[in-house]
Amino acid sequence: MRWFWIDRFTEFVSGSHARGYKNVTLAEEALDEYCPGYPMLPPTLIIEGMAQMGGILVSEHFQFDKHVVLAKVGKAKFHQPARNGDQLSLAVDLDAVQDTGATVTCRSHCGDQLQAEIDLMFAFLEDGRFTEGPLFNPGMLRDMLRMMNFFHVAVDPDGNPVQEYTNI
Amino acid sequence: MGLSQDEIFEKVQEALVDALGVDDDEVNRGATLVGDLGAESIDFLDIVFKLEKSFDINIERTELAPEDILTNGEYVKDGVVTADGMAELKRRMPWADMSQFEQNPRVQDFGNLLTVGDLCSYVGSKVGSDA
Repeated sequence: MRWFWIDRFTEFVSGSHARGYKNVTLAEEALDEYCPGYPMLPPTLIIEGMAQMGGILVSEHFQFDKHVVLAKVGKAKFHQPARNGDQLSLAVDLDAVQDTGATVTCRSHCGDQLQAEIDLMFAFLEDGRFTEGPLFNPGMLRDMLRMMNFFHVAVDPDGNPVQEYTNI
Repeated sequence: MGLSQDEIFEKVQEALVDALGVDDDEVNRGATLVGDLGAESIDFLDIVFKLEKSFDINIERTELAPEDILTNGEYVKDGVVTADGMAELKRRMPWADMSQFEQNPRVQDFGNLLTVGDLCSYVGSKVGSDA
């Protein structure tokens, strides 16, 4: 099983926000193992999807030069379960940025219904203190972003396509 | 226009309740952030974000955590802050009550120095207080 909890980026503005989809399918083992007899995407995996989208938003803001890790889930409210057949519209907004971390505000909608509200905080690992070198193997993150249509939609604050990063 | 001390306290209290998951009544001016409220290092980043947003201020990393002083051989000898180091800490953090720390200024104890009251004084120094 791939640890991808976003399917596609539909909008990405550097330093501002990201939008995308997560399709919920019964083919995913996590669905029927979490609550037998009532398949649903575990809320923790919705948080993980938001963390992936938010982490990419924060990382790209720093040209993927920082080691960005999820540090804290400040808030997570789930208004309804995400069931097989649902398409979650994910929205992540960059809230605040410091030289040591960043916060994002996330919302998930199913149709016009608010499904979840999540606030996340990311921290930047100091090179050599907790980790050596990049968090991903060469090309791995770039391939992942391509699969998710990231480079089809990602633009800088002026609306120009983001560069093809060579460090990912 | 400055904020009253009560207004500052209420906002600081709200930030700490949110960041640390503690109850309102635990957040009193004398409570230490680490010892009494259980703040860990990662929580300080969260607190900084919440205070910046709540008060519309910018908080530099070294203002609340003067690591550059505490790791400087000129200011620390054998794990204890020297007189020059204390003077530098007081200059950098005039809003913090260092009277207790000063009696036995071991670097390892610095992390538990800050109280809720200190944080309120710090914010007051940034936004201006009507006190």
